[in-house]
Amino acid sequence: MDKFTGRVWLLGDDIDTDIIMPTEYLVFKKIDDMKPYAFSPLRPELAGQIRPGDIIVAGSNFGCGSSREQAPEVVKALGIRCVIAKSFARIFFRNAINNGLLLIENADLADDMTEGDEITVTVNEKIEYKGKSYPIVSLPENLVEIISAGGLVKAMRRRNGLE
Amino acid sequence: MRCAMGKTIIEKIIGRNCGHDVKPGDIVTVDVDRVMLDDIMMPFIVSKFEEMGFRKVWDPDRVVIICDHLVPASQVDDTRAYHISCDFAEQQGIKNLHRSDGICHQLMTEAGHVKPGHVVFGTDSHTTTYGSVGAFSTGIGYTEMAAILGTGTLWMRVPATIRVNITGKLPDNVMSKDVILRIIGDLTAAGATYKALEFTGDTVEAMSISSRTTMANMAIEAGAKCALFTPDEKTAEYCGITLDDFQKSLSGDPDAVYESVMEYRAEDFVPVMALPSNVDNVKPVRSLEPKPIDQVFLGSCTNGRLEDLMAAAEILKGKKIAPYVKLIVTPASRRIYLEALENGTLSVLSEAGAMITHPSCGLCCGRTGGILTDGERVVATNNRNFLGRMGTSKVEIYLASPKTAAACALTGHITEP
Repeated sequence: MDKFTGRVWLLGDDIDTDIIMPTEYLVFKKIDDMKPYAFSPLRPELAGQIRPGDIIVAGSNFGCGSSREQAPEVVKALGIRCVIAKSFARIFFRNAINNGLLLIENADLADDMTEGDEITVTVNEKIEYKGKSYPIVSLPENLVEIISAGGLVKAMRRRNGLE
Repeated sequence: MRCAMGKTIIEKIIGRNCGHDVKPGDIVTVDVDRVMLDDIMMPFIVSKFEEMGFRKVWDPDRVVIICDHLVPASQVDDTRAYHISCDFAEQQGIKNLHRSDGICHQLMTEAGHVKPGHVVFGTDSHTTTYGSVGAFSTGIGYTEMAAILGTGTLWMRVPATIRVNITGKLPDNVMSKDVILRIIGDLTAAGATYKALEFTGDTVEAMSISSRTTMANMAIEAGAKCALFTPDEKTAEYCGITLDDFQKSLSGDPDAVYESVMEYRAEDFVPVMALPSNVDNVKPVRSLEPKPIDQVFLGSCTNGRLEDLMAAAEILKGKKIAPYVKLIVTPASRRIYLEALENGTLSVLSEAGAMITHPSCGLCCGRTGGILTDGERVVATNNRNFLGRMGTSKVEIYLASPKTAAACALTGHITEP
């Protein structure tokens, strides 16, 4: 079972994709070039503070708004190990799965959490924080297939006989 | 004997597409009727398409590429998206390429690409718009778009439906924008996530396609997967078709199962605004402080149609806007621009003090002019007031109807029409 521990950045409700990656940087050629501007409308300093392996914990409706897939891609490129939110917006959810960014829904953690603390995630099982355990509901089967293929691009490459 | 259970509109559209009955929660693979690709996502779509190992799109006639976010270019980098769009269209034999005709969500129905009953995906969240003509349409990312281009299919979960029933006559100063803002305020920004909205009642039956388009366009602001109106004679005329039996059947059955039903009396609606910086932060205009404003934006795929420009012109005719306000008007398409030019609407707006721009996404995404700075306040008819959407994160964006926007431009402060 995949298990990891990470430092948490705590965000609120309705973190929209314009916050995660503002429109003006979408024309950049590479996702890596967008990294410094992630979350800049809300917390301009955040992108520079995130270290690989960190975890984002947020309120409801994370990733609402625009369909821009640069949003989950840049979160992943920053090294965020997973995003745990009370709920996710639909398009962001699909985009994250297709790019192999782990998303976990949990209704309680965000309210109990203090930013900077560490949590331990056991994938498809539980989150542990300060001695308390939060259950994880597993994903539908067709999504597990996309993730286990390594994302949608790889799934299509396999379909086309390239892998 | 098979027990026939009633169906909602989305269940009918997806069921027909799949060739079998479906119910909410089912995960199905649909054959895609049309896709909409916008310029700003094209570089990523093409690179994912190639990375996946595809060479030819599954059906060039079902693919529509629209340059709107970055045309005319305002930065040198923008030209790359334009050229990739044009090159891909040529290489793939895609005839449906709009280089400079207007905003994607206006053109998809206006130019006849989408018909009632279609299953449509687009790389923009406001793809929900085509529910105005009874099509299932929703936004996706560029990786899924690349997969559709190669396969012609996509998996989806059949959504449950929330029915929104509105009866009666709307007050004169209320537009469909006020109606949908109020509904989003009531639902909240996540209240319809993964759900279909179905609009019914004599109020929406009396609405023009333009008014319905405004409402379907904004459904995503409550998280909805799609928003559907029953196609009628107005739809048929707008789409230039005669409705076939399937298209005529696209209304919710009396025994259809809805997750919930929201009931409204049209007479209860008032002009409203969505306050910074969430679309569900909706308040009646009359309850707001008359704060001064710096700019008004009349346009976008939400409210840049002829009906919208004419509603504003009626308020502004023979008058001058406040001297310190910039009124920026952006028709949603060239056809609308031309119609507004020919019927005198643009003259009225210009004489009142408006700046009239080329049809494009324009100010709505803060990319092609009209951006604002810290402490400035804008009343805008588009669909999002997120932090930093139209300039710095300290710009205050108030979303409103064209009538409210025009009233604010005249007085120079927050004003009910």
